[in-house]
Amino acid sequence: MLIYSFKRFGLALLVALVVSVLSFLLLFLSGDPAVAIAGEDASEQDIQAVREFYGFDRPFLVQYVDWLSGFISGDFGYSYYFNIPVADLILDRIGVTLQLGLAAVILATVVAVPLGVAAAIRPNTLIDRFALFLSVFGQAMPSFWFALVLIVVFSVNLRWLPTSGAETWQHFILPTVVIAYFAMPAIMRLTRGGMMEVLSADYIRTARAKGLQPSRVLFKHALRNAIIPVVSLAAVQFGFMLSGSIVVETIFAINGAGHLAWESINRNDLATVQALILLFAMIYVVINFLADLFNAWLDPRVRVA
Amino acid sequence: MGKRALFAAIAAGAVALGVAGDGHAQRAADTLRIAFETEVDTLDLYYTTSRGSYIMSQLVFDTLVYRDPETHEYSGNLATSWEYIDDTTIEFQLREGVRFHNGEPFDADDVVYTLNTVSAPDSGVLATRNVAWIDHAERMGPYTVRIHTRGPFPPVMEYLSGPVVIYPDEYYAEVGPNRMGLAPVGTGPYQVVSIDPGQRFEFEVFDGYFDGSPKGRPEIGRIVIRTIPDSNTRLAEMMSGGLDWIWRVPPDQAERLLGSEAFNIVNENTMRIGFVYFDAVGRTGENNPLTDVRVRRAIIHAIDRQAIVDNLMRGESEVVHSACYPTQFGCEQDVARYDYDPDRARALLAEAGYADGLELTFGAYAERHNVEAMVAYLEAVGIDVDLNFNRYAAVRDQMRSGEVPMGQRSWGSYSINDVSAITSNFFEHSVDDFARDDAVRDWLRIADSSMDPDVRRQNYAQALRRIADQAYWMPTWTFNRWYIFSRDLDFTPTVDELQHFYRARWIDG
Repeated sequence: MLIYSFKRFGLALLVALVVSVLSFLLLFLSGDPAVAIAGEDASEQDIQAVREFYGFDRPFLVQYVDWLSGFISGDFGYSYYFNIPVADLILDRIGVTLQLGLAAVILATVVAVPLGVAAAIRPNTLIDRFALFLSVFGQAMPSFWFALVLIVVFSVNLRWLPTSGAETWQHFILPTVVIAYFAMPAIMRLTRGGMMEVLSADYIRTARAKGLQPSRVLFKHALRNAIIPVVSLAAVQFGFMLSGSIVVETIFAINGAGHLAWESINRNDLATVQALILLFAMIYVVINFLADLFNAWLDPRVRVA
Repeated sequence: MGKRALFAAIAAGAVALGVAGDGHAQRAADTLRIAFETEVDTLDLYYTTSRGSYIMSQLVFDTLVYRDPETHEYSGNLATSWEYIDDTTIEFQLREGVRFHNGEPFDADDVVYTLNTVSAPDSGVLATRNVAWIDHAERMGPYTVRIHTRGPFPPVMEYLSGPVVIYPDEYYAEVGPNRMGLAPVGTGPYQVVSIDPGQRFEFEVFDGYFDGSPKGRPEIGRIVIRTIPDSNTRLAEMMSGGLDWIWRVPPDQAERLLGSEAFNIVNENTMRIGFVYFDAVGRTGENNPLTDVRVRRAIIHAIDRQAIVDNLMRGESEVVHSACYPTQFGCEQDVARYDYDPDRARALLAEAGYADGLELTFGAYAERHNVEAMVAYLEAVGIDVDLNFNRYAAVRDQMRSGEVPMGQRSWGSYSINDVSAITSNFFEHSVDDFARDDAVRDWLRIADSSMDPDVRRQNYAQALRRIADQAYWMPTWTFNRWYIFSRDLDFTPTVDELQHFYRARWIDG
């Protein structure tokens, strides 16, 4: 198990390294970073000043190795745009993104799992159709559009909720719903599919034949087995939510890490983009790792394998 | 586009139902709430090129000279009078009794320290153009300063009334640019309450603001400026009563709301003009068709700029013929004009040996719909356009490395009302000069460095006439901006886009 964990971790590091080289390369390929930082209205003089100030005139490889050695020693560098340490900038912004992601994944699970179970118990009934309708709708509707509709209904017309910002908990309701709705269909369909498969399994028939309470059969015996792939999926969804939050944070003017990533790419704020990409990659890796541990706890067979 | 239009339609419906607008609440709270679309990094104006910083710096800082936003005339601000000692020396008498927000008194030392610090070669200043002309400043007395320029620099008052703000010497020496950007101290009509960089800036009126400032005494107690990147959200926040002022509203949204009872919806021009530049000097190759002036003229004749202005730009935008913004000093308007005439375009192309058409690569990065329209017009006269639409930095790289013979660009002149801020920037053989015309360069240099307005005007006129005659650029149009603000707010947008919020008032009633 320990060796397995180390292998996985080493692989993750390798992935992160490759991702960082690629992103570094892409930012350079998408135009002179000095031009992007100085802006469209910068004169040649301004751009040259930026180039020398940040050392963009050095060879690409030198710049990358320079950045990497700093990163390894815990120095994430300075944001070119904000002129403050990248670590401070990210620490300032990541909290709101994680809160949003966590709230959304909880909301999505709380709604989607019971709905999926209900749909599995009563396939092809009204509730199953309703669940199907919801998930098709959720999958098909772009999240920016859903966000705007919610704003028009609940902020502009009804005035129940604030439109933008992140000052109070009310500010988080609409963005959480939008992100959660995007994640719901997959969780629900997987719960339904898993439950239907498990419910037709021999051991469930046996449990029922023993005369166990139907609810006990459903939740203790069936759901526990059906939920295993759902846990992995929810973990992946949480990762997706980090990227999904780029759109949602931008629309709701929430200054989280997602929005920071988007703006930093536009500004060619290399140090910030690099740190964020690595951070997102690491979050992915850690979450998947935790999901595996959780699965092992749920299912002893995973522990052996 | 579709997304915005649909949203605006829904939102306009909401306005019609009378749900929008809640101006009286914020007027009672005496807080002007504003949203910008881009994140503002720092208020140390020397270390940023952000327009948002420039706008906010007008609240916190003062300049030696004030430029009236409407008439563009100069009057004294931190300076009360000035005289030219010679072509490179100006002596300023400074205002007495002015204090910075931290109580530090304003005097000659502040001016000398600020100018000498930011113009030092190792200052790391980002907007070098704003300070590159300063040789040094010299204290002549407690309230007398001489500014020495690097050679004659005619537009000096434009800079001293705009981006060259004055800092308190002791405070700036102590904290440096980073801290100054986050906890700025100036003499301006508003002082900073709090700054959350990139997110929120809060200002309150400075009670100790000096009498006699041409900016006047501000009436609104507090100003809060937030960043809301999405234009739909900005509009929704405005409609739900969370904002009093927004700008850069997309035209389709603004036009749908015209006639609304709830808001003022105003369009105003800006000093920004668009242009397409041609590789006349042959950087992309000797046989490049654009080295032939007939091809360049044909391209301008082929494009109906007026139709694009009328149908796509709309608002206050106007077609531009001379390579500058019309109000800029020296912007000669009596230049060659190329009316929309596709037959003439075809004839010119045939004359140049391209009767069967030609292929051209066009590098562009903004205003997609206008660019597509231009491409369609070119295709109609037989020019096969390979449109290369990319990020600005990428297109610029391609232009300069000679891969693209024809490129889109726009220029806002930093709101400097002088031709030296635009034409001279592009036609004095810099890397962005694709004409490399020696005569044009020489005229511009004379005009840039003469202190005699008539000499300047004459030489700029000659340069601009030649640029137009040779069709080195196709100047396209001025850019306009849509503003939406509360009916309770007395506010006038200006072409300099500096917003001048210190002039805003609540309307009684």
